[in-house]
Amino acid sequence: MSKRNPVYDFKWCPGCGDFGVKVAIEQALAKRAIERQESVEKSAIIAGIGCSGNLVHLQEGPQPFGIHGIHGRTLPIAYGFKSNRPDMNVLVVSGDGDFLSIGAEHIGPQARRNLDITVVVMDNGIYGLTKGQASPTTEFEVVTATTRYGKLDDRMHPLEVYMGLGVPYIASEMSSRVKQLGEAIKDAMDYPGFSIVHVQSPCTTYNDTYALLKGDEKKGIEPLAFPIPEEHDVTDLDAARKLVTGKRIPIGLIYKRAGESVPGHERLRLAKERTKATQAPVERLLAAMTI
Amino acid sequence: MSNNLVVRFAGEGGQGVVGGAELMAAAAAQGGYHVLTFSTFPSQIKGGPAWGQARISSEPTLTPGDYLDVLVAQNRYAYDFNIAELREGGIVVFNSEEFELEDTSRALGLPADKMAREAGNPLASTIILIGAVAQMAGVDLSALEAFITKRWTRGRAGDEQIVSGNIAALRMGAEEAIKSGLKLEQLEAPKPDTTTRILIRGYEAACLGAIAAGLDSFIGYPISPATTMLVYMEQNLVGPDKFVGQASSEIESIASLVGAGFSGKKVMTSTAGPGLSLMGEGLGLAWMAEIPLVVADVQRGGPATGLPTKTEQSDLICAINPGHGDMSVPVIAPGDPEEAFFAAAKAVNWAERYQGPVILLTEASIAERAQDIPMPDVSLISQESRIVSDGSVGNLRYKGDSVSPFPVPGGPGAYVANGSEHDEQGDTTHLPEVHVAMTERRFAKLKTLNDSTYESEGPGEIILLPWGGSKGAARAAWLELQAEGVNIGWRYTMFVNPLPEALLAELRAAKLVLVPELNYLGQFSGILRTLDVNARSITQYTGLPFKVADLKSEVRTRMASASEVRA
Ligand SMILES: Cc1ncc(C[n+]2csc(CCOP(=O)(O)OP(=O)(O)O)c2C)c(N)n1
Ligand code: SF4
Ligand SMILES: [Mg+2]
Repeated sequence: MSKRNPVYDFKWCPGCGDFGVKVAIEQALAKRAIERQESVEKSAIIAGIGCSGNLVHLQEGPQPFGIHGIHGRTLPIAYGFKSNRPDMNVLVVSGDGDFLSIGAEHIGPQARRNLDITVVVMDNGIYGLTKGQASPTTEFEVVTATTRYGKLDDRMHPLEVYMGLGVPYIASEMSSRVKQLGEAIKDAMDYPGFSIVHVQSPCTTYNDTYALLKGDEKKGIEPLAFPIPEEHDVTDLDAARKLVTGKRIPIGLIYKRAGESVPGHERLRLAKERTKATQAPVERLLAAMTI
Repeated sequence: MSNNLVVRFAGEGGQGVVGGAELMAAAAAQGGYHVLTFSTFPSQIKGGPAWGQARISSEPTLTPGDYLDVLVAQNRYAYDFNIAELREGGIVVFNSEEFELEDTSRALGLPADKMAREAGNPLASTIILIGAVAQMAGVDLSALEAFITKRWTRGRAGDEQIVSGNIAALRMGAEEAIKSGLKLEQLEAPKPDTTTRILIRGYEAACLGAIAAGLDSFIGYPISPATTMLVYMEQNLVGPDKFVGQASSEIESIASLVGAGFSGKKVMTSTAGPGLSLMGEGLGLAWMAEIPLVVADVQRGGPATGLPTKTEQSDLICAINPGHGDMSVPVIAPGDPEEAFFAAAKAVNWAERYQGPVILLTEASIAERAQDIPMPDVSLISQESRIVSDGSVGNLRYKGDSVSPFPVPGGPGAYVANGSEHDEQGDTTHLPEVHVAMTERRFAKLKTLNDSTYESEGPGEIILLPWGGSKGAARAAWLELQAEGVNIGWRYTMFVNPLPEALLAELRAAKLVLVPELNYLGQFSGILRTLDVNARSITQYTGLPFKVADLKSEVRTRMASASEVRA
């Protein structure tokens, strides 16, 4: 059930990290609308398939446009949408399976196009909606429905992957830090280019990582997540690489490419201006073929 | 006197045989003839057997021609491979630098490359060959010279030299023909024609039709034989609000097209069989979420990689049902370049009108064909746009039992375009009654596509009903059968799904409907049988188009076989 639609029957499990992400996105969109004095209808959420993607139906308050499409294709949908409507603010929400497994092939192209969109990846290290199979970010040796001996594949480190693929803006957050997450998403939306906010959003039913992320001082368990040191220079590629290498997960803004970011649609506009390309009428194109 | 000249340039990929046929056709068209080309080559840049064929006629042409008047053979293999198709009295022009023929009573050995090199114009060997062929067929050389002058006068410094060099090459070829004493039945002079005609390729016609209908955006991934459309759009769809993009796969092109269509724009992609397979899920999304978009599928041969550069009509079933689940995608399959122009425009308009995906189903032989057609009347093309929501229904985008107003992002009526089954505002639901209502709504929308037309001539008991690119050969066969007194009717439409209602009624009333189609399964006749039509296919799956003579004899055989005719 959602406030806007009482018959809508999807529910997240109690404690699911996705609740926090939803609120953070509502806050980010609302803040952006106020700042720019435009309606939330100038934003669109493009959602993947998974527990995570249902966020698009659960938005409360003023409604953005949405697409809830097919598994793994949020980025190409966003590519076609934003390229044709640079005036729209485009937010992608996607799970770790949706974005990093079936949809992984699309990250590189959008990074290279510097598509001006923001992606919020809701990483719970598991396939939630299909009931608990291993995802690329499930830890090594963890037993899931499809890894009876414990996961035999190495774990993917998404932040490293993003760096490798040339994503120009990378932030890392946790669903439990709603306020900071909202700000991180808002900042990412303000960045004129391809930005990813990778969120640890635990699945309480199939892969509850809250305790791991937080650690346990008394038991001497080091938290998986750690705050990025104040002195980190986000434009320093090597420093960012160092930050994302290793088992632990840095939280905060990791990387923002130095220099001005010219997004894909702007590159095209400038190229058209430079070449003075104009649309020839069909009649003229046909007339050129006259015998 | 003959009203036809069919010339085949055969050799290896990279030897310019396709270009030779096209140049010959363009020159003849300039001289006032009707022309039509066909080419076939392997999927490689250099080597492998390739040929290009030009048909030049004083009458409008329907096919590239069953038999050759002239075979231009660049090597021994090309000669051996193609000689069976030379008609009696035909002439071989062979590359005597490569091989010799024992019997030269109807053959002319020309070392065209060497002659061109020695004349200091190495690129002119094709023109030497054209000169020889034209001379033997009695084509007026001055018209060809006028063509050369026009083609190579491009406002550049060396123009004059190139023009005179090429004219000299043309005459050199003609000289050799005169010396040999070889002659073909002389080609009739072209008939005077006051209509404006253009020489256009099928893919150009399809692109221009879509642009004429107001296309905004084109996103595609290279694949033979559909790449030409992507390239043409990149070159020609360039206005300030237009967007053309190269996707990183067909999965990406169809998904991005969904995003583009959702954004409110008129959008299209082109692909061929392998890409269409990859687009299945995305096309389902467009059907389900009700997003207007057009996919041009330029058919090639076979499943998987198949025959990338050959022609076939084996994607029909996949086009109508490209993905899983209940759907029936509208399919328009033009029969020639002229139809391709109007078909593409209609595809864009249909997508806008019923708010869903439409497939423009062409094939290699049409896309690559160059043909002279009357200048299309662009004013006949309407530009339909989807009904747009003014916000009065709020976010109830999927309200009602047929087409409903489309909320454009940024404007009022924010909703979720949903590929899962959904309620009126696009929220996911699993309720049986909603799935029933929404499924019926999606199919009911097809009823708005009720402006399709068809051709109907002759009796209705036994009918010849080709589709797509087999139209030309079937039409030529039918015209000859008619003249020979065979009692068979002609029906044709490019609107293969949904079929025009009145046509379907005619087909149902027939005792036998013969469907020539280039596939093994007999795909269209199979579909027609499910619609209660007694349809039987005449199939061919060689990667090449039908020959008229083959079709004629098959039609006669099938009409005589009582077992197929419904009582
Ligand atoms: C093409 C396709 N393959 C498989 C599925 C089934 N499927 C639905 S969601 C999902 C995985 C979801 O995992 P994730 O993206 O991590 O989302 P979560 O549920 O964890 O939020 C899968 C495999 C599908 N819908 N479509
Ligand atoms: S299964 Fe996991 S991810 Fe899905 S709603 Fe429940 S807690 Fe959240
Ligand atoms: Mg997940």
